[in-house]
Amino acid sequence: MKPEALLHPTPAGLYCPLGNFHVDPVRPVERALITHGHSDHARAGHGKVLATRQTLDIMALRYGEDFTRSQQVAEWGEVIDVDGVSVHFHPAGHVLGSAQIAIEKDGMRIVVSGDYKRGVDPTCDAFQPVPCDVFITEATFGLPVFHHPDPKAETRKLLASIRQFPERTHLVGAYSLGKAQRVIRLIRDCGYDKPIFIHGALARLCDYYVSQGIELGELRPATIEKKDPSAFHGAIVVGPPSAFQDRWARRFNEPLIAFASGWMMVRQRAKQGGVELPLVISDHCDWPELLETIREISPQEVWVTHGREEALVRWCELQGLPAKPLHLVGYEDEGD
Amino acid sequence: MKPFATLLDRLVLTPSRNGKLTLLTDYFRSTPDPDRGYGLAALAGALDLKAIKPALLKELALEKLDPVLFQYSYDYVGDLAETISLIWDGGEKEHVSEGEQPRLGEVVARMNALGRTEVRSAVRDLLDHLDHSSRFAFLKLATGSLRIGVSARLAKQALAEMSGPDGMKKDVTEIETLWHGLEPPYEPLFAWLEGKAEKPVLATPAIFHSVMLANPVEEGDLDKLNPEDYAAEWKWDGIRVQMSSFGGTKKLYSRSGDDISGAFPDVIDAINFEGVIDGELLVGGTARSNSATRTFSDLQQRLNRKTVSAKMIADYPAFVRAYDLLFDRDEDIRARSYLRRREELSEVIEKAPHDRFDISPLIDFQSWLQLDQLRLAPPDPVVEGVMIKRKDSVYQAGRLKGPWFKWKRDPFNVDAVMMYAQRGHGKRSSYYSDFTFGVWAEGEGGEQLVPVGKAYFGFTDAELEVLDKFVRDNTVERFGPVRSVRAEPGFGFVLEVAFEGINRSTRHKSGVAMRFPRISRLRMDKLPRDADRLSTLTAMVEGREQDIGA
Repeated sequence: MKPEALLHPTPAGLYCPLGNFHVDPVRPVERALITHGHSDHARAGHGKVLATRQTLDIMALRYGEDFTRSQQVAEWGEVIDVDGVSVHFHPAGHVLGSAQIAIEKDGMRIVVSGDYKRGVDPTCDAFQPVPCDVFITEATFGLPVFHHPDPKAETRKLLASIRQFPERTHLVGAYSLGKAQRVIRLIRDCGYDKPIFIHGALARLCDYYVSQGIELGELRPATIEKKDPSAFHGAIVVGPPSAFQDRWARRFNEPLIAFASGWMMVRQRAKQGGVELPLVISDHCDWPELLETIREISPQEVWVTHGREEALVRWCELQGLPAKPLHLVGYEDEGD
Repeated sequence: MKPFATLLDRLVLTPSRNGKLTLLTDYFRSTPDPDRGYGLAALAGALDLKAIKPALLKELALEKLDPVLFQYSYDYVGDLAETISLIWDGGEKEHVSEGEQPRLGEVVARMNALGRTEVRSAVRDLLDHLDHSSRFAFLKLATGSLRIGVSARLAKQALAEMSGPDGMKKDVTEIETLWHGLEPPYEPLFAWLEGKAEKPVLATPAIFHSVMLANPVEEGDLDKLNPEDYAAEWKWDGIRVQMSSFGGTKKLYSRSGDDISGAFPDVIDAINFEGVIDGELLVGGTARSNSATRTFSDLQQRLNRKTVSAKMIADYPAFVRAYDLLFDRDEDIRARSYLRRREELSEVIEKAPHDRFDISPLIDFQSWLQLDQLRLAPPDPVVEGVMIKRKDSVYQAGRLKGPWFKWKRDPFNVDAVMMYAQRGHGKRSSYYSDFTFGVWAEGEGGEQLVPVGKAYFGFTDAELEVLDKFVRDNTVERFGPVRSVRAEPGFGFVLEVAFEGINRSTRHKSGVAMRFPRISRLRMDKLPRDADRLSTLTAMVEGREQDIGA
């Protein structure tokens, strides 16, 4: 069987005609398999959803319990039959509950990795390489310029800045699912034990992470003491980056804007965003990790979904490995 | 290298002056000699480092990376030094601890000791041993383009800060005075700042001496003063400079102590005296050669250049209009009275080449009222006001209240319409605080607004709230951090803009450029249709040109 007969791109997303299901569809479909809870991958309104317990929980938190008519839980490694097609889920190391989905029929196996990373992250299960014929990879940071540094060293920059500017409130921009909790956990692991203030948009997801056994230390809402800006002197406030350009940020004293993202690797990006303290902390693979993963899995073919497809495809060609871009639309890297 | 690289990374992204000062002060305190001295030299533009050509860097990068992947990367990042610092994979050597990375002092010493044929392998080896942020710092130093928004003056201010707690600090003017007599890595300077050694002694007075500055005349200031105690002279619209000449060393410094001699060989070559003169750098002809002084926009053709062509010198000849004499040969006369110094000054200028030097004449006046009238109708268009100086004042560095005043011509004003707004930085990052404004002009589709300038100060905090709210409530389009706002004849926001001067400009669509524009009032009483027209601004430019006879 040709791999395209098992899975191919359509305007709604990747589609498996034999099993009649889509993976991470960008519009409502009859049956969806979801890799992880970021809003560009997990949307509401599908007939049936198959995903990990944590991804289903996160979707329910974000969209309400009725985000789909029928939910089905996929356990790690469990082989599930979907209309004659075997599917199994494996950890992707991206955010809590994130999975790669292996799709198999008649000896042809395709792995949709979703978003993934290889670096250490105590807030989710680590990526597990799954041997396959076709490996579908993202390429969010698929350029040789991206080398993500040690996230703890980046976190220590934040703590050093608080010592240097003890009167300023340090606003740390981090997307609300995954990145925010990882950053809080990193700050704790670097020995900071004072309360951390969080924007309201993070509260439910932080509570959920804690309920899943991920310790985040003392978190307080960044709203209660708003009449007294001195309460936030030298404090760490974590919130979605969009909030910092908003009136919300005015309650803080001379805020110093930090942003935890893989994009912060490029100075001009940081500068354009008005970021004073870039923290290069990413939930995606950097360039060496992408290459290492492809080498390790050594599939027959590589398909590249979203990001900087052209550079990764070029690299595969230089290795003599067949590769093609899928040109999927609708994925906007909420997670980084 | 790592502490310097970390400093650069932070400075690039820190917009506030105080923030930069803290970062610099901490760096000077915590970094050992000689590294901090080389860091200081790099920031102040005084570091001598063997230059590397970008072409060589690109060749080195292509030894490691496929050219197509390199091009994708370069297109994405947009800066060669940054691209190379990011794509470079030093392998195992790169992953050494901070302490084992080469230090800035070692990098400078090693680069400067290299022969021509050794450069390629030495650069490759250094890039391997540095991490990505140190690689970036090294490449920026070696390609000679730091561009981090730190002036030499700010670096010196940080030196003053590091010298002790409040009340015990050394004065920045003292540091500026020493500056040009010292060389990287400035170990005697740091030792003195830290109280471990005596103040360094300089070999020659041909160095920069901090200048004396004037305070603006404010309401009621002059009522208390007797005009007989004061002399007045015109305030010329050029740039304040200091000429130092001693033992064959001739230098021209800006008022902050930057050495600008290289850009003005015409002035330097004409110096035939020894001493230190305070004056105004202008272009055109001196009064003694009976030709006109030209405008600031002509002078701008000569500014911010390292070297200058013969044609430039012929088209825009520079000269110095002298205000004061600090040293007569090697004798320090700063403690003598202003009038005494003027006498000595006129003797020096008398004997100097008449096409390159003249003296700023004193204004004859009896009362403040009379001086005010002269100020409002000056005899020369390149005058921007008057200077008032106590006849018995000694020459003291800094801005003391009392001995010297400046009384500027009133600013120009126009009513303009807000067109775009951009978010500010630091404290203002949640406010739309940078405004582009326009005036009406005849366009293809009838009357339309043409942008004529941008201003981000002049308003109070309360006014900023009003401006910000207007922007948020009336946004038409967004382009990244910029928003365009509603600006129609019957609806919009009129701003009264004050500015110091106006010139023709080929770089701006409107054809005019303002100097120091600021928002002086919010004209909520006016509608955009009542705002000024471009013809009003061009008339201001022409008015100036007519005065000058251009």
